[in-house]
Amino acid sequence: MLNYYMQKQAISFELNGKKETVDNVSATTTVLEYLRSSGKTGTKEGCGDGDCGACTIALINEDIDGNKSYQAMNSCLMPIAAIDGKQVFTVEGIANKTLHPVQQAMVDSGGSQCGYCTPGFIMSMFAGHYSDQLSDESIEGNLCRCTGYVAIRKAAKTITKAKSNDKFAKKLKTKPKANKSIELALKGHRYFSPISLNDVFIYQAKYKNAVLIAGATDLGLDLSNKRRDFPVLISLENVAELKQINESSESLEIGAAISLSQIEHKLAGRFDVLDTMLKFFAARQIKNRATIGGNIGTASPIGDLLPVFLALDAAVNLQNANQKRAVLLAEYFTGYRQTKKEADEVIISVTIPKKEAGLKRLSHSYKIAKRGTDDISIVAASFVIDLNKENKITHARLAYGGVAAIPIRAIAAEKYLLNKSWSKKTILKAKEILLNEFTPLDDLRASASYRNSIVANLFEKFFVEVKL
Amino acid sequence: MTVGKAIKHESAIQHVTGSAVYVDDRVKIEGMLTCWPVLAKYARAKVISINTKPALAMDGVLTVITAKDIEGKNNTGAIVSDEVLLAETNISYANQAVAWVVAENEDIARKAARKVELELKELKPILTIKDAIKQKSYHGEPQKMARGKAKQALKNAENTMTNEFEMSGQDHFYLETHASWVIPDNEGNYTVYSSTQHPSETQSTVAHVLGIASNRVVCISPRMGGGFGGKESQANPFAAIAALAASKTGRAARVRLNRELDMKLTGKRHPLLAKYKLGFSNTGKIEALDINLYSDAGWSTDLSHAIMQRSLFHIDNSYFIPNISITGYACKTNKTSQTAFRGFGGPQSIVIIENIIDDIARTLDIAADKIRETNFYKEGQETHYGQVLNDVRLEKVWKLAKANSNFSRRKAAIKKFNAANKYKKRGLAITPLKFGISFTFTILNQAGAFILIYTDASIQLNHGGTEMGQGLHTKMLQVAASSLGVSYERFRLMPTATDKVPNTSATAASSGSDLNGQAVKAACETLKSRLANVAANMLELNAPEDLSFENDFVSAKNNPKNKVSFNDVVARAYFEQVSLSATGYYRTPNIYFDNESGKGVPFYYFSYAAAVSEVEIDAFTGMFKLRQVDIVHDVGKSLNPHIDKGQIEGGFVQGLGWLTMEDFIWADNGHVATFAPSTYKIPTIAEIPEHFEIELLEKSPQAGVIYGSKAIGEPPFMIAISVREALKDAIASFSDKNQTVNLALPATPEATLAAIEKVKAIDEIKTS
Ligand SMILES: Cc1cc2nc3c(=O)[nH]c(=O)nc-3n(C[C@H](O)[C@H](O)[C@H](O)COP(=O)(O)OP(=O)(O)OC[C@H]3O[C@@H](n4cnc5c(N)ncnc54)[C@H](O)[C@@H]3O)c2cc1C
Ligand code: FES
Ligand code: FES
Repeated sequence: MLNYYMQKQAISFELNGKKETVDNVSATTTVLEYLRSSGKTGTKEGCGDGDCGACTIALINEDIDGNKSYQAMNSCLMPIAAIDGKQVFTVEGIANKTLHPVQQAMVDSGGSQCGYCTPGFIMSMFAGHYSDQLSDESIEGNLCRCTGYVAIRKAAKTITKAKSNDKFAKKLKTKPKANKSIELALKGHRYFSPISLNDVFIYQAKYKNAVLIAGATDLGLDLSNKRRDFPVLISLENVAELKQINESSESLEIGAAISLSQIEHKLAGRFDVLDTMLKFFAARQIKNRATIGGNIGTASPIGDLLPVFLALDAAVNLQNANQKRAVLLAEYFTGYRQTKKEADEVIISVTIPKKEAGLKRLSHSYKIAKRGTDDISIVAASFVIDLNKENKITHARLAYGGVAAIPIRAIAAEKYLLNKSWSKKTILKAKEILLNEFTPLDDLRASASYRNSIVANLFEKFFVEVKL
Repeated sequence: MTVGKAIKHESAIQHVTGSAVYVDDRVKIEGMLTCWPVLAKYARAKVISINTKPALAMDGVLTVITAKDIEGKNNTGAIVSDEVLLAETNISYANQAVAWVVAENEDIARKAARKVELELKELKPILTIKDAIKQKSYHGEPQKMARGKAKQALKNAENTMTNEFEMSGQDHFYLETHASWVIPDNEGNYTVYSSTQHPSETQSTVAHVLGIASNRVVCISPRMGGGFGGKESQANPFAAIAALAASKTGRAARVRLNRELDMKLTGKRHPLLAKYKLGFSNTGKIEALDINLYSDAGWSTDLSHAIMQRSLFHIDNSYFIPNISITGYACKTNKTSQTAFRGFGGPQSIVIIENIIDDIARTLDIAADKIRETNFYKEGQETHYGQVLNDVRLEKVWKLAKANSNFSRRKAAIKKFNAANKYKKRGLAITPLKFGISFTFTILNQAGAFILIYTDASIQLNHGGTEMGQGLHTKMLQVAASSLGVSYERFRLMPTATDKVPNTSATAASSGSDLNGQAVKAACETLKSRLANVAANMLELNAPEDLSFENDFVSAKNNPKNKVSFNDVVARAYFEQVSLSATGYYRTPNIYFDNESGKGVPFYYFSYAAAVSEVEIDAFTGMFKLRQVDIVHDVGKSLNPHIDKGQIEGGFVQGLGWLTMEDFIWADNGHVATFAPSTYKIPTIAEIPEHFEIELLEKSPQAGVIYGSKAIGEPPFMIAISVREALKDAIASFSDKNQTVNLALPATPEATLAAIEKVKAIDEIKTS
């Protein structure tokens, strides 16, 4: 597509139903900054880190099957270029002479005290309302320091199902438009959002300083609080090849640019390790943006999906302009934030092999943090155990995050477990091995010795709690 | 009458539509400048030089403010003048501001701030309470209170215990960070919009920093996105910086901290270390307590003495301690200047005494709730500072909380559950609260109001209190509407401003509605008496005192049909040349305190509460789930049950955060290590149990307080201690042996697991 379009000098989007064109800010200005500096101060900044939800807005998004929904997102982490062509809603735009039902419910229940968090809650609830999924989980990513949440929960409970003829519901029924490539040049900053992988490679070749961006839930921190400059961004959000789920008899391949919310929904029930980890992976606003490619791309030792994929023996599929290759995740990480990926390679997808027939698979993920929800892992663990008819372990994967410079498997324990029977005795011996398997660090979140205990304890917890 | 009704928050509709305006949401002022600080990287240092030239050379930078630019006093200390606004010679804590860049926008200001060159000579800082004690580094003199003969009683006691207990700080984490806008009129006057709980002090701070009279500064606190004490004294420096920028440039100027700056620059709840000796009888009666408290006050005094004093007042919580000696030290360390935070020193000492009670219970193998009951204050007993307790409502809230929560039945069920489960243990606890209401610095207990009625009978209501979400404005509207007998809707509640009500006290100490409510009522009474004369004429009555003001009418008491509308009375009053505006004033009677003797009647009354909490702990990880909370709270005759319940829910959950997850960490070099919500975790909705029930004590008006109500801002924070005690109850059940539980505060999963390991270890020693 490259060169078919002139690079646009302005972005345009629909804000609360009205078209808006912006040409006086850089492409990397956050949506929150734009809103507030243009006088739309209903949307608040509580942290600029994606952690408080005060900046929540709703966007109409299409999933990989073309279904539309309202999605809550943190505007503090989004570059304004990411909303080009989108329909965006803020707290100022949902009342229509009378209050919107979610607003009315919050008024009636006393869900606001100082009111500073309220716009964010309203938008999270608004998005939840139209997806018929309004629950605690919709608002876990919104912090409130005043109310203690009791009244907010009450409000969420009293909101009845969305009426299908309401003006916002109707917007979801319009036909999706075909995705188009976007090329923006705003105040010296370029932002490309191609729809084909080939174009990604062309941009990469042309702009050596280009940085890839997917959901921006990691990169957005650099944009927002750190104010790092990104002269050229290539967004993977609309690249068709990265937005597919393909299944064969041997494996399942998940595209790198699919949002975690969609994965959670589309693959529910397929992999217990994935389901249980996604439940504790960030809050809804983040999951609506974050991608697998970003989680692997960041290469953090505490990326929560990494132990999951390690435990599933997944491979990362990489591609550049010339070739495509697959690297086993177990071999992918080479050091702290170091990987086998070359600078010009794009993470395309992750391939998960299917388990051998005739075996019983036990699997589960755990995430330990100071706060049960929406916290960064102290330790994350994913366990996969296959048992044969004799209750012997034929396959063991114990993968951890937060215990080493890279996400890592407990190889010694895995070796020990092989061909042992799935019994208390085996587990206690494995625990001993696990206690000494890693040499984690002390940090703000926890001490090394706590991490070591958890590494061992979680495996016993798995044994005690997993259903045979 | 609107008083007592569950009326919604006065700004609720603005909140949910995004139209509520906070300081930094105001309509942008053409040419307004933004200020950004230049921070010192050492916790303690000498300033060698400051070179602002590279910053000044940047396009869009107007000026860089340093100490030299201050024409008035370089001091923002709220009580003691020991707090420089801009460091000149000494750096006293990491990230202390040495200069502020003033630029066309935030981007430029931030870039320029990085260009200011600071040359510092690093010195060895004092960073822990224990270091401060070693070096005798204190703010002022220690405070003491005593009764009986603690030393002697300790000798005679059947049981004694010597212990230490240390707890870390807590960040306010109000959702709205500090913000101030200052607009000069270029005739030497300044309008300050500040997110402050104390507009009068912000006003006077700005005035003395600029070196001008207070009458040249008007401070307006529109509404805050949360305060919790964090904006009681600490909004002042930021307003002063914006004012300096405005005065130097002649343009409007703004300071808004981002979350990182807010967490790095401003004070916290005081970390505290307690060292004590305890004596108790075989039945669990506390006989003697000899205790020293050491708070980590940080680099300047701020409100630390008053906060420590409240700790001394509340070490007894709800218990009669016959022999007690308590001394409090405010340690001077190279950290942020710790400040007011909901409870104001109360939580720290109440958690200590509750911990002590549990230790007694586990030592004697008597249920903790029984030990609590054994030690409860009785009607007419005296506190250790000599205040006689009347109308003690402890038993009432306690019995009701136990009944509402099915306490004894659940206790038995939990015992069964714990016996049957090796890897999961549950715990249940009930804790009480008695909390003293009033500013303990007696003269602060005063307030003013100013009411203006216009000829169309619409009304503006001004009072000296600030709105930070606690619902004060709503309650004041209710008081005014009830008192004037008119509809709530005819009022406009004005933003708190120092040109309407002068010389106000901070909205703090839970006293907002007590003090301002009486002042509002007094103003209403004045207006009513004037209007009554007018109405009496209109109704052809002789005695205005026989009139009743109700439902927007003024009528004869003995003949309600003989009435005239409030609007008509107002219109007539204007024609009769009767003044339609009035001020009101109130001061709390009958309270005093003598610092020398440590005795007096510092509190007008006490608020009471009790909470029952149940938890379940996972033995593998130390993580826990709060399963159920039942609260009974004494709020007198509630002005607004809707708002009071909201305060209880919010206060409790804030306490829950402090006790269990908010792990505020200073790094070894004195820098704040947890300066973002990614590392500093406050509760989310997921931590709140589905069962969270509150009962307000019925039929319990408080004599002498506005419409029989009671304060509610701070007390509920401290009944969250029931959660900590429930955790200890669960931890103890990992062992069969009687033993005390040593649980750190906050009880993070790591701390909880460590406590479990400890009880198990003792278990093993005792068994083998
Ligand atoms: C509030 C908050 C909570 C969070 N909670 C969690 C959590 O619980 N667990 C967890 O693991 N993480 C968490 N994160 C981190 C983050 O959300 C995840 O790492 C997420 O998966 C990143 O995906 P993204 O699409 O947003 O990546 P981006 O931010 O867009 O990109 C991250 C990096 O990966 C690169 N990249 C992205 N896609 C590709 C690709 N296809 N090929 C090559 N490089 C690529 C980018 O260049 C960039 O360097 C959290 C973040 C925030 C702000
Ligand atoms: S401002 Fe806190 S999540 Fe965006
Ligand atoms: S109402 Fe104040 S933060 Fe939620």
